[in-house]
Amino acid sequence: MKKRIGALMAVMAMSAAFAAHAQQPVKKAAPNAAGATDATTADFEKFRDVLEEDNPAELFEARGEELWKAKRGPHNVSLAETCDLGLGVGKLKGAYVQLPRYFADADAVMDAERRIAYCMVKHQGFKAEDLAKKPFSSGNYTPELVSLTTYVAGHSRKMKFAVPQKHPKEKETYQIGKEIFAYRAGPWDFSCSTCHGQEGMRIRTQNLPNLSTSEGALRAVQGWPGYRMTGGVMHTLQWRLNDCFRQQRFPEPNYVSPSLTALLSYMTVNANGQMYKGPGIKR
Amino acid sequence: MKTHKITLFCAASLLATGIAHAGDYRAQAIALIKHDFHTRGIATADRIYEDGVQAVCNYSSDKPPATIAARLQKDQFDAIKWPSDGKYLGDWKSGEKIAQSGRGMAWNYKPNNVNGGSCYNCHQIGPKETAFGTVGPSLYQFGKLRGYGEDMQKYVWSKIYNAKATNLCSAMPRMGYSGTLTEKQIKDLAALLLDPNSPVNKE
Ligand code: HEC
Ligand code: HEC
Repeated sequence: MKKRIGALMAVMAMSAAFAAHAQQPVKKAAPNAAGATDATTADFEKFRDVLEEDNPAELFEARGEELWKAKRGPHNVSLAETCDLGLGVGKLKGAYVQLPRYFADADAVMDAERRIAYCMVKHQGFKAEDLAKKPFSSGNYTPELVSLTTYVAGHSRKMKFAVPQKHPKEKETYQIGKEIFAYRAGPWDFSCSTCHGQEGMRIRTQNLPNLSTSEGALRAVQGWPGYRMTGGVMHTLQWRLNDCFRQQRFPEPNYVSPSLTALLSYMTVNANGQMYKGPGIKR
Repeated sequence: MKTHKITLFCAASLLATGIAHAGDYRAQAIALIKHDFHTRGIATADRIYEDGVQAVCNYSSDKPPATIAARLQKDQFDAIKWPSDGKYLGDWKSGEKIAQSGRGMAWNYKPNNVNGGSCYNCHQIGPKETAFGTVGPSLYQFGKLRGYGEDMQKYVWSKIYNAKATNLCSAMPRMGYSGTLTEKQIKDLAALLLDPNSPVNKE
């Protein structure tokens, strides 16, 4: 394992170099609007191939495993012996690709990160406000919930998305997510749909997946939680949505709030039936 | 340090409080959004409320009934503040910088920030910039193709000031109306598109 961690560290150093490289303006022959290729994306794809073998997400999965199994919090219990992610207490295999789902104990539909946070509060006795103090990674800091979510997600590697739509609240949550996706407001009149509602659009050189299609939705949920080249940190979809709301010029969504679960339900159900590769790498 | 807010044990059912009726998903979505967003920096919580134009476009999936659209569009047009000295065009060199900058209006910017127009995020414009987005149409050679006359100057000014004044559910932000760009900045951008000597038209 020592040697393996060493290799992963080297990979992470490389990715810092990529981040620096990605900041360079793209210089190439003037493209026309339709046929423009994306040099940064091409570089990134090459880079990701090199990384296939040594996925930096594994480091965070290892940390998440310790956190999942340890007796912690004021109640001194482990998540492994108390937390039900939908398939039974402590059952992890395939849980991530079947979330968000309805949980009778909370009478609510919850996504993975929201459910783990719920378990930490309800069973381990942590304070919800503390979990929200610094929920996103930065520099060398990785929140416990990010490692835990990455660990849970790792148990669904190469499994198909099968987010349930049986319970009335699950169907309702999907429909509400669809409405939030289309909800335009704020000083710049943006909705998610402005940037992610059509095929083949770009913001600068970044390709925008069309989240209303199943291929686009897969692209959007694929590879998250993801180790981000730009910045060299691990992020979950909670962070991605938070940053998109910033770009949307909206106020900030509350951490693990039902609005975000609804959006995640919309995107993940749209990706149903397709394979989840597991926690990965994002540019 | 700023603290994030959390809604973990949310009003499991906003329905029960009578805010929205089951099955009216748009009303339910709005009730949730009102509950789940907070002010951060300049991005105040009241931004989640739709104005009339936004509401009509949201409600009709961007296809408002023609009569309503015409009426609202006229209101938007009538509210345009035209340049105080009657001159539509400024300095294209400064316009290029404003078109490049995506700064402003998000929670990570200070209230006194000099905003940009984010134009390249969505449009091809000058021939040198290859990192442009494709949410909007290409504006390369705009003047050359569309003409340089006063009508065109007025149209471009109106488009940048308030894109909704000529296309109610346009995806383009209302840059003057929203207070993002100043009169001088809009003149400089109009010059970028309509000055015959700007690289947009020359090269
Ligand atoms: C103003 C533009 C804009 C808006 C509005 C916007 N996004 Fe994004 N979104 C982006 C950009 C740019 C990226 C980064 C793409 C990349 O890195 O290649 C992105 C990435 C994403 C991703 C990750 C895609 C991937 O390939 O992994 C998801 C998921 C996403 N957005 C969802 C949303 C949702 C949901 C909303 C509404 C709450 C939203 N976005 C609003 C511009 C936007
Ligand atoms: C979020 C995307 C977006 C941004 C940012 C944006 N635009 Fe647009 N723009 C569009 C779209 C979409 C259209 C087409 C719909 C319309 O005409 O309203 C458009 C149309 C236009 C037109 C009319 C084109 C024609 O053929 O008649 C002009 C001129 C224009 N934009 C200039 C600008 C300038 C200058 C800026 C920066 C201040 C800018 N735009 C920022 C999306 C955008």
